[in-house]
Amino acid sequence: MPELIAKTALGGPVPLLLAATELAEAPILSMTSVAPYPGRKKQVNAALMPLGVTFPAPNSHSAMGEVRLIWTGRDQAFLIGAPAPEGLAEHAALTDQSDGWARLTLSGPQAEATLARLVPIDLRAKTFPIGSTNRAPLGHMSMILSRLADQGFEIMIFRSMARTAWHEIGDALEHLHARASVE
Amino acid sequence: MRITCPLCGPRDRREFYYYGTDDYLNRPVADAAPAAWDDYLHNRDNPAGVTRDLWYHDMGCTSWLAVTRNTVTHAILKVEAVAPVKGATQ
Repeated sequence: MPELIAKTALGGPVPLLLAATELAEAPILSMTSVAPYPGRKKQVNAALMPLGVTFPAPNSHSAMGEVRLIWTGRDQAFLIGAPAPEGLAEHAALTDQSDGWARLTLSGPQAEATLARLVPIDLRAKTFPIGSTNRAPLGHMSMILSRLADQGFEIMIFRSMARTAWHEIGDALEHLHARASVE
Repeated sequence: MRITCPLCGPRDRREFYYYGTDDYLNRPVADAAPAAWDDYLHNRDNPAGVTRDLWYHDMGCTSWLAVTRNTVTHAILKVEAVAPVKGATQ
């Protein structure tokens, strides 16, 4: 059996730091789609108990340390940072997603303003606080967006679109940086 | 134009894909008369006013939605998820 090397979608680029805001690629983590079978939410939550997370309400995520369960659609969430616990497969359809997505992080004082140029939803902390996860477009790409900190977002995009996403976000960040430097 | 998705909240129209009339929710049984299939496949009203049709939230939660809207004023009157209507999941 050959040893295969797990690579991120962008191969770990040098983070882009502009206007004190950083765009970076996040490392590969185990990622599993969890889609509870009809009427099994209770059993699913019981199986998730050892991880300390619960099945999230729409537009949110549940977190315990490095493990997160993020809402990704109707009756579907992604478990990130830990393999699926024993017994979960009896009550939910599980699909490995680990290498299907690129994960980017955008953090700093201009993170919100950068995303405001690309995402047609209100991302201010008042309406999109820490713990929020939305499915929304990033330009023309389908995205899973989470707020992990006051000034920190996680952007998940289909792996095949990673370079476009990096370019689009970097572009918006550069514009904000340019504007700040002439003001 | 905005559509309020029952799961995602108010979203821009560009996040949604238009499918067609809600007649598609009422598929005739397999051995229905040809007239029923003709209605299902081809015959559509074209109202100036209130109509109900199916939209797909493809850039969001990927739910199918039944949207009641007014073709004259462009007002969105009601948005329902199709799944509970069809008794899919609880």
